[in-house]
Amino acid sequence: MKTENQKAWFFVLPVLLLVAFNALIPMMTVVNYSVQETFGDNVFFWQGLDWFEQILRSDRFHAALGRQFLFTFLILIIEVPLGIAIALSMPRKGIWVPVCLVLMALPMLIPWNVVGAMWNIFTLPDIGLLGYFLNHVMGIDYDMTQDPLAAWITIVTMDVWHWTSLVVLLSYAGLVSIPDAYYQAAKIDGASNWAVFRFIQLPKMKTVLTIAILLRFMDSFNIYTEPFVMTGGGPGNSTTLLSIDLVKIALGQFDLGPAAAMSLIYFAITLLVSWLFYTLMTKDDLN
Amino acid sequence: MAKITLSKLRHSYYPNPKTLDDYALKEIDLDWTDGGAYALLGPSGCGKSTLLNIISGLLVPSEGRILFDGQDVTELPPDKRNIAQVFQFPVIYDTMTVYDNLAFPLRNRGRDEATVRERVTAIAEMLELSDLLDRKAAHLSPDNKQKISMGRGLVRQDVNVVMFDEPLTVIDPHLKWKLRSKLKELHQRVRATMIYVTHDQTEALTFADQVVVMQEGEVVQIGTPVELFDRPAHTFVGHFIGSPGMNILPAEVSDGVARFAGQAIPLEGPITAAPGARTEIGIRPEFVSLGQFGLPATVTKVSDVGRHTVVECEVAGSRVNAIVSGPGPKKGAIVQLEFRRDQTRLYADGWLASEAAEGAA
Ligand SMILES: Nc1ncnc2c1ncn2[C@@H]1O[C@H](COP(=O)(O)OP(=O)(O)OP(=O)(O)O)[C@@H](O)[C@H]1O
Ligand SMILES: [Mg+2]
Repeated sequence: MKTENQKAWFFVLPVLLLVAFNALIPMMTVVNYSVQETFGDNVFFWQGLDWFEQILRSDRFHAALGRQFLFTFLILIIEVPLGIAIALSMPRKGIWVPVCLVLMALPMLIPWNVVGAMWNIFTLPDIGLLGYFLNHVMGIDYDMTQDPLAAWITIVTMDVWHWTSLVVLLSYAGLVSIPDAYYQAAKIDGASNWAVFRFIQLPKMKTVLTIAILLRFMDSFNIYTEPFVMTGGGPGNSTTLLSIDLVKIALGQFDLGPAAAMSLIYFAITLLVSWLFYTLMTKDDLN
Repeated sequence: MAKITLSKLRHSYYPNPKTLDDYALKEIDLDWTDGGAYALLGPSGCGKSTLLNIISGLLVPSEGRILFDGQDVTELPPDKRNIAQVFQFPVIYDTMTVYDNLAFPLRNRGRDEATVRERVTAIAEMLELSDLLDRKAAHLSPDNKQKISMGRGLVRQDVNVVMFDEPLTVIDPHLKWKLRSKLKELHQRVRATMIYVTHDQTEALTFADQVVVMQEGEVVQIGTPVELFDRPAHTFVGHFIGSPGMNILPAEVSDGVARFAGQAIPLEGPITAAPGARTEIGIRPEFVSLGQFGLPATVTKVSDVGRHTVVECEVAGSRVNAIVSGPGPKKGAIVQLEFRRDQTRLYADGWLASEAAEGAA
């Protein structure tokens, strides 16, 4: 027989309070803004779901959402396979292990805005190391403040540089947890390298990879600082991702109502995709 | 199917071994006859797994050669040697069904699906896995997983040798017994050479026709279970096999007579020990009885183990076990120990150094 004890709630209370104050209450104020209109002086008018409708129908939102999905898709399609490949080629034992791990962790230790500033300087056409090299040594016309393609290549490369390590480290953790006997058995069974990857390494990495992809999805979908520092959303609107657009609406134009509605939609999309992905990836494990 | 010959095999895990202690295997010369059921028995760390991995090709020995039917395979990788090996902990391919797991070694070698089906069905039948064939292997119990591992080892028909490295460690005791008899039965059916590694003597003695006893990287004795019990070639074997093991008593030898605790102990036959060697008398507890004459001893412990009673005595600072039927004496009692002469042997520096008398046995 299980005895029910209501005391447990008491221990959860501090966490509930914390979540309430740092997430729920701020979020409720956003909900509040999203259904009202204000012209200042703290005077509000009821607006209903008008802002939501307006945002969902606006071309500007569609374009930003499209760019956002494209960005997230690109970095995932590069970072995940690349991260797995690097993890597979890292040594599993010996003195090089800590060296590799530290090297891998370095980019992740750098603050977002510093990463943005670094890459900004790095890619300046006349004085940046990369910019100078491309323009004056290779003879390629490269200027991310002028050319949307260059801007995209730059922010994607920067994100790959900054965050592939996360996938590497998580995949590596999955790989080193595989006992030697698995590799030995595979050799005895005559498995090819591909079969070893497909039937031993990939399944053992699945859980950590799910988490890595989830983290990379949420993080890249909400990315703000680096593109803001580097391109400011330009040239034109070409790198105006959702969060950049959101800030423009909220703080640039001070349209609090539409901005609030947009952030709720934004939040809902992030939540929905994460939930779908996680459910799909873990459904096998449950039965 | 092949005869496997190990010739002057040595192996060290260090790149530059210096002393003999750096070697996990110290010079092994051994023939495994085709179709034999072998057990490789020895304490933890004596090099059993190392030896298996060398035979299977997972390890390349530092020195020496491995021959399959006279052909040198020392440098060949496992998949070129036509061998199968089952490991201590179950290895299964999580994402595959039980059927696909069993089919894996065959498919990797390009067998056609009809053959695969026939073999997998037969093996599943033998191992009682038929009902599970369509299940995902990931969620099975440890003993079913280990059965799958064993199945993958047995599924190929033409292997030279199937090696089991302590395969029953994770299995429940009652199932252990069942699987072991199953393996024995399988061996009689498929007739492939089987090498079964264990550090459990009961397991070794029930499975094998021939037991290879190892200690610290060396083979100390090869023989049938009966031979190992009757005439251990080394005190280690005597001690390791049997429960309790052989009594090993410090002895002095002079003028062809062995003495223990000041008394002359009659041996099975003539002594072959070189002078100056460290000598010991060995006698199994089964052949020590409590009588009227013999060595006076103090009983220190009496344990009733069901079928018989183990009486632990002390004689001149040495412990002597005796196995008696029926209730034993009280603790602290003074008893006289009699050694059965034809089972009393002499060991010099650990190795057997007495001969059975003519006409005995
Ligand atoms: N990969 C390795 N690197 C270095 N030393 C090793 C390695 N594997 C085994 N050894 C050493 O070699 C010796 C023999 O080991 P081995 O695994 O062959 O023993 P074993 O008889 O199989 O023992 P167990 O019954 O515990 O499985 C041990 O001293 C062990 O510490
Ligand atoms: Mg071992």
